[in-house]
Amino acid sequence: MVARERPLSPHLQVYRPQITSVLSIVHRLTGVALCVGTLLLVWWLVAAAAGPDAFEAAQGFIGSIFGRLILFGWSWALLYHLCNGVRHLVWDAGYGFELDTLTRSGWLTLVVSIGLTLIAWIAGYAMMGG
Amino acid sequence: MVEFALPRNSKVNRGKTYPAPKGAKRTKAFAIYRWSPDTEENPRLDEYTIDLDKCGPMVLDAIIHIKNDIDSTLTFRRSCREGICGSCAMNIDGTNTLACLKPIDEVKGTVKIYPLPHMPVVKDLVPDLTHIYAQYTSIQPWLQTQSAPPPDRERLQDPDSRRKLDGLYECILCFCCSTSCPSYWWNGDRYLGPAILLQAYRWLVDSRDEMTGERLDSLEDPFRLYRCHTIMNCAKTCPKGLNPGKAIAEIKKMMVARA
Repeated sequence: MVARERPLSPHLQVYRPQITSVLSIVHRLTGVALCVGTLLLVWWLVAAAAGPDAFEAAQGFIGSIFGRLILFGWSWALLYHLCNGVRHLVWDAGYGFELDTLTRSGWLTLVVSIGLTLIAWIAGYAMMGG
Repeated sequence: MVEFALPRNSKVNRGKTYPAPKGAKRTKAFAIYRWSPDTEENPRLDEYTIDLDKCGPMVLDAIIHIKNDIDSTLTFRRSCREGICGSCAMNIDGTNTLACLKPIDEVKGTVKIYPLPHMPVVKDLVPDLTHIYAQYTSIQPWLQTQSAPPPDRERLQDPDSRRKLDGLYECILCFCCSTSCPSYWWNGDRYLGPAILLQAYRWLVDSRDEMTGERLDSLEDPFRLYRCHTIMNCAKTCPKGLNPGKAIAEIKKMMVARA
């Protein structure tokens, strides 16, 4: 009898999402989002250098509801990536690996990043005068 | 390579259903991954509803009951039934653990059982461990010395040095951790994975071992060690409560310290 090729056992399809792995993949995704967001920032700066018409167009897009939503997501991505980056730094120093610490620092990262994002936007709107 | 979907020959189909025996008062459904090399079919998920009064409290008790009394073709590894041999490692209710240490009543609803994730399947719940054992061999998991041993006794170790092996020597090589690690799923051909790296660290910190530098040399590689991205599914799933992620961080620190 010819031996059949062995199947690969299910992985992502069956593994229950863990707080550890979900936050890890979010770190990777926010990193990718930041790359794309930086292009947006570059566009804005180039437009500012190119002249009033180009700047007007860029400003119009970024200032629109859609543009502000993207900017809101980008600012959260930045702050999440920053907070989780600090978490990684602590790990690299060899601390914070106990299971309950891992879970707590994970939730803390999530809450702090959302909190900082909201504070930044509230402060921004307050300074613009609503 | 990152491949999110299963290959065509690995897609899991619906399988047979074995209803609860008549007169059973307390029942529980078990959905179990099945694949046999003797047929041309894809893997399937068979569902067995069993009488809990006919078997012990652990998931291993349930699958032994199924094999003995319902379907003798069900194939799995087991030996000690007390969490010391590591044979019955499998994916139960979405995480990897030892079937003998997992109480049935910890699982809500149907108990879903798959082989250890992202491994070639030999049959049913039996994964092919050839590659991961070869990786274990590659770290040379034995005491290596250059100095001559004392003529009149074994190489001794003081209590403080011995204590450094706590949390490492308990590993039973069940591979729950390595097969829970997405990084090992995508790069397991070259990345050593949490189980093997914990073992590597066990020899790196052994005060009697004299090949620390050579051991670090062989780990200094973008894949073998540095595919660990501190995802930490390993520590979360270890049925022995060990922390491979921390051991890997210690190896990374040793790399920096000697540079």
